[in-house]
Order: sequence, then structure tokens, then C-alpha cells
Amino acid sequence: MALPENKAKQKKVQLQICGVSKDFDGTLAVNNVDLDIYQGEIFALLGASGCGKTTLLRMLAGFEKPSAGSILLEGEDMARLAPYQRPMNMMFQSYALFPHMTVENNIAFGLKQDRMPKQQIADKVAEVLGLVQMEAYAKRKPHQLSGGQQQRVALARSLAKSPKLLLLDEPMGALDKKLRTRMQLEIVNILEKVGVTCVMVTHDQEEAMTMADRVGIMNAGILSQVGSPMEVYERPNSRMTAEFIGSVNLFEGELVVDEVGYVEIASDSLESNIYIAHGIVGSEGMALAVAIRPEKINISRTEPAQAHNKARGVVEDIAYLGSHSVYHVRLPSGFKVLASVANSNRQIASDEQQRITWGDEVFVSWSDSCAVVLYS
Amino acid sequence: MHSSWQKALSWGILALGFAFLYVPIIVLIVYSFNESRLVTVWSGFSLKWYGELFSDRQMMKAVGVSLRIAFMSATSAVVLGTMAALVMVRFGGFKGKTLFTSMITAPLVMPEVITGLSLLLLFVSLDQFIGWPGGRGMTTIWIAHTTFCMAYVTVVVNSRLREMDQSLEEAALDLGANRLKVFFLITLPIVSPALVAGWLLAFTLSLDDLVIASFVSGPGSTTLPMEVFSSVRMGVSPKVNALSALLVTGIASLTFVGWWLMRRQEHKRLADLQAAKRQQEMV
Ligand SMILES: Nc1ncnc2c1ncn2[C@@H]1O[C@H](COP(=O)(O)OP(=O)(O)OP(=O)(O)O)[C@@H](O)[C@H]1O
Ligand SMILES: [Mg+2]
Repeated sequence: MALPENKAKQKKVQLQICGVSKDFDGTLAVNNVDLDIYQGEIFALLGASGCGKTTLLRMLAGFEKPSAGSILLEGEDMARLAPYQRPMNMMFQSYALFPHMTVENNIAFGLKQDRMPKQQIADKVAEVLGLVQMEAYAKRKPHQLSGGQQQRVALARSLAKSPKLLLLDEPMGALDKKLRTRMQLEIVNILEKVGVTCVMVTHDQEEAMTMADRVGIMNAGILSQVGSPMEVYERPNSRMTAEFIGSVNLFEGELVVDEVGYVEIASDSLESNIYIAHGIVGSEGMALAVAIRPEKINISRTEPAQAHNKARGVVEDIAYLGSHSVYHVRLPSGFKVLASVANSNRQIASDEQQRITWGDEVFVSWSDSCAVVLYS
Repeated sequence: MHSSWQKALSWGILALGFAFLYVPIIVLIVYSFNESRLVTVWSGFSLKWYGELFSDRQMMKAVGVSLRIAFMSATSAVVLGTMAALVMVRFGGFKGKTLFTSMITAPLVMPEVITGLSLLLLFVSLDQFIGWPGGRGMTTIWIAHTTFCMAYVTVVVNSRLREMDQSLEEAALDLGANRLKVFFLITLPIVSPALVAGWLLAFTLSLDDLVIASFVSGPGSTTLPMEVFSSVRMGVSPKVNALSALLVTGIASLTFVGWWLMRRQEHKRLADLQAAKRQQEMV
């Protein structure tokens, strides 16, 4: 599970964000963010609307000035550099293609600013156009292109100057759902081919999970967790992250048994204690939350053999979602447990499971090791 | 039955409206080909008033003065108006911005008499204190026209700048162009239709102005409207009809060309959009 993190750690740090804050006349849009971005990785900033993602990205690009903290690219402080002096390029959410220039000239624009020789510019333009498979459209104007094609051109333009850092603001924001999934993989392929370090911003967790090597969860200006998609999903460090990424069963409770090898947590939602098969840092009586993902919850008509971590309930609702179904099970306490069952299992499952339907009395259960304890 | 009656009525009203607007102009043009000296009596077709118009030195000089002033005023109004609009839209958040914004558009609602009078007083006192602009003439009319045309240009350019996506400028900045280059390579080309529209508007406003020009003009700087006005006071000559006919034709054809260009561009844009959509479906 910790593998991607280790792999990233062996790499060089490309960008350091140290204690960066941004204060907009009293509203703290970005609050003391510390973050290292490694060379060649795709990093996604993920968070709800208005949490400060764009502001952080714009500070990297130089469009906003941090109120505090510093930004170092390959060890060099960016504070004194204007946007046009920074060796990073940004792809805008609206693509911001220059409407009065052809695709070719759009891409050449940045190269011309560097006074690159004409032939070299032509070669580079052809190269990046090839990269995004848009050679045939070089002479077109942006308004003669479809949304997906415009996105490719915008990507090509931001890659043309071989930036040390590529910034993507909601790269899929302007595309429809079907095109989105296709472009996600395609963009990742292109970025990996180029090997550019990339920081992207998105509010779509699926997009962040598919595209990024590591994600950073932002909430109200604070970077609350950083890790590989798997880490933040499997080991969320706070209630906020657990609830933001995917759906989760969150049991509020307090620590009642604190032993070296195991702990027990009592929750008002459950009749018996939650048993966790490892020790945690804490003291008895401490308020905690336990997060269990719906796909970790088993559902059966007969009482499972295990001693702990089970509860009786009534199936209140079944949501059929194609590949899996989500059962809403109401416990005697009124708490609703979500249990996700893959539909391939459902097909071949024993008669007993197949018969589980609305209003049935069932048992939900989970193994001792799959619950995550949350302190905050 | 009923609906056809309604239709006839609405056509009638429409025709009446058009007649109200255009019959005077048509009559004016028709009578410019009148042979008679009397403007109201038709006595036969002739082009002689056009000949007389072109040999009227004073009138031709006034045309020249007016065109020159209109050209210069429109040009300087576009430069200053664009700068003002840029400050209003792009450099937000300075103290007194609201005051600046409302003051720059004040000439739009100010009675011309007041604008003219105040400018006259300004020029007179400037003359007294610093010896410039040295009497009234083309320069003072130019300055006066620039002042009130600039307000119009500012409004036109302002709205265009407002609807321009600001990330275009940021993208150019991000790609390595400094602010000056961004302005000339990105902002200016994108708002250029507004500059052209503003220039044309300023040009016609300046060409048309009688009141302000009368206040600030001096000997030897009689503009066309002033010349026409004074000649009409001494009795209407069919020469004025001929002049008006030429002006109307000129303005109408300019307007038509502008409309036609815009329509062609719009058609092309729509066709391109369709083509792009079709392509996306195929991909
Ligand atoms: N120029 C500005 N002046 C004042 N406040 C601003 C400015 N830009 C952003 N903010 C505020 O900062 C906060 C963060 O905004 P930001 O645009 O970074 O959010 P975001 O995470 O990108 O949201 P979204 O997903 O909606 O784009 C918001 O509360 C916003 O109102
Ligand atoms: Mg945003």
C-alpha cells in the first residue's frame, strides 16, 4: 500500500511549497500549506468548491502573491519572478486559446517570446502537435475546433515551452462526461510520455484518482491529507477526508478498552463494541470515530460466526448501480449502514444472499482489521 | 378574415413609420436633382447643383475642415477612450474608481451647450494664463470633439473589455509575454472590433456636431454643419440638397458595408461551428 509513496520519495523534490497562505481581505483562501512535489509525478489537488485550490495554483503560476510562505522550484525562490519569468506553464479551465490566432500560432506564441529561431519553432510546434495528434488542424482557428480538440491544443501550448512544472486547472471541466473519461487517460499518457511534473486541480475525486500519482485533499484552505489515491481512500486521516472521498460508514464513539494488541470502541449507533485488532494511540474515554467503507461490510441472513463487529438490521433500500448494489440497512439505533455488494457475487451467491430484499432482517459484519480509527 | 385585416393594419403602421423616417430624406434627395432655383418647385432634371456645390470654394473648404477634424478627433478619442476603459476594467480597486467611472461618462448626458460653453471658457482662460492654444481654430475644435467623443468610445470599449475572458491575458503572460506585449498582441487585437466601432461612432459624432463647434471655433475653421447652418439661414439653396444627398449616400453605403461584413463573419463562424461539431461526432 505504501509503495507509490516510497517510489516517489526516492525521486528528487521538484517544487516546495512552504507555509504558503493567501488572505483575501480577511478570508483566508489558502491556510499555511506545506507540500513537496516530486519530479515527474502527477499531483492532484482535490477539494470541494471554494476550498482554495485555484488560488493555490494561481500562486504557483504567479498570478496571486502569497500573503505568507515561499514557493521554491528546483530550490529557486519564485517570489520575485513575474508570471512571464517563471519556468512553468498553465492550462486554463477555459483553455484560453487566443481566438485571433491559428492553432499553430497559439502554440508558437510562447516560443516566440523566447526569441527562438523560426525553424526551431516550426519543429517544436510540429512535435507537440504530433504529441496530441492534432497535426491536421494546425491552420485552424480555435473556434473551428470542438471542445476536446481545443483541450488538446491548450495542452500542446502549455507543453511547448518544456516547462519544469505544468499546472492544470480543472482540465476536464469544460468537457462532457463521456469525453472526460477518455481524455483523462489520454492526458496521463501524454504527460508520462513527456515526463513533465504536473500539479492539477479538480473537484472530481474520480478524476483525481484516475490521473494522479498522489492526491492532496484540501478543505477550507487547509491541506488535510496527502498520499497516493489508495492511501487516502483506505487510510483517511480525518472524518472530512473519509467522507469526501467515496462513501463511508462513520461511527462516532469513545475508546472503552485500550490494550496493547487490540482496542474496543463503544458507539451509540451499535449495540456491541467495535473491536479493532491493533493498538492505537489514545486513552480510555477518548472520543473517536470509526470509518468503514461500504464494500468492507458483509451482509447475510444468518448470524456470522465471528465474535465481534456484527449488528442486526433491516434492509431499507437497495440501490442498483450496475457493477454493484448498495444496501441500506437500518440498525435498531436508527443508524443506517451502507453495504456495497458486487453484482457478480450477487449473481452466483448462495440462494440465501440472493433472496435478501427490502424489509429483510439481516446481519451486517466486518473483519477486525478493516475499520479505520479517526481522531479528527 | 380577421387575421388578414390585422396583418394589413400592422403593415400599414410599419409603412407609416418608415414613411415618417425616410420620406423627408427621399424628398431632399429628389429635389437635389431639381433644375429650378426654388427648392419647392419641380421644373426638370438637372445635375447643375452638384456642379455648383463642387465649385463652391467655401463649402468645399468646410467639408475639408470637418473631415480633418473628424478624423483627428476620432483617432485621439479612440486612443484616450481605450486607455480610460482599460483603467476602469483592468486596474480594479483604486481609490475613487467609481468617481472616475461616472465622470468619464458624464459628457454623454451633459447638454451640448454646457459642454461647449465650459470648453470655451477653459480655452479663453488657458490663453490668458499660458498663451495656449493661441486663439480658437481647428485645434480647439479637435480638443473639444475629442473630449465628448472619448466618452462614447470609452463606453463601447469598456463593454467589450468586460466580456473578454481575462484568462486570455493571463495565458499570454504565463507563456512569457510581458504586460506591454500582452496588451499589443492579445488585448488589442481581440477588442479591435470595438475600437473600429468606436472610431466610426466618434467620426460621425464629430462630423455631425454643430453646437460645441460653434462655441470653440474661430475664423477660418468653419465646419460643415456650421457652414450649412449659416447658408440655410440666408435662404435654402438646392446646393445644400445636393450636399445632403451625397452625405446620406456616403453614410448609407458605409453602414451597409459594415453590416455586410459583420453578417459574412457571423455566417462563417456558424458554418465553422457546424463543421467542428460534425467532426467531433465522427472522431
Ligand atoms: N480575487 C479574489 N478576491 C477575493 N476573494 C477571492 C478571490 N479569489 C478567490 N477568492 C475566495 O477564495 C476562496 C477560494 O477560492 P478558489 O477559487 O481558490 O476556490 P476553488 O477551490 O478553486 O473552488 P472551485 O472548485 O469552485 O473553483 C473562495 O472563498 C473565494 O471566494
Ligand atoms: Mg477553481
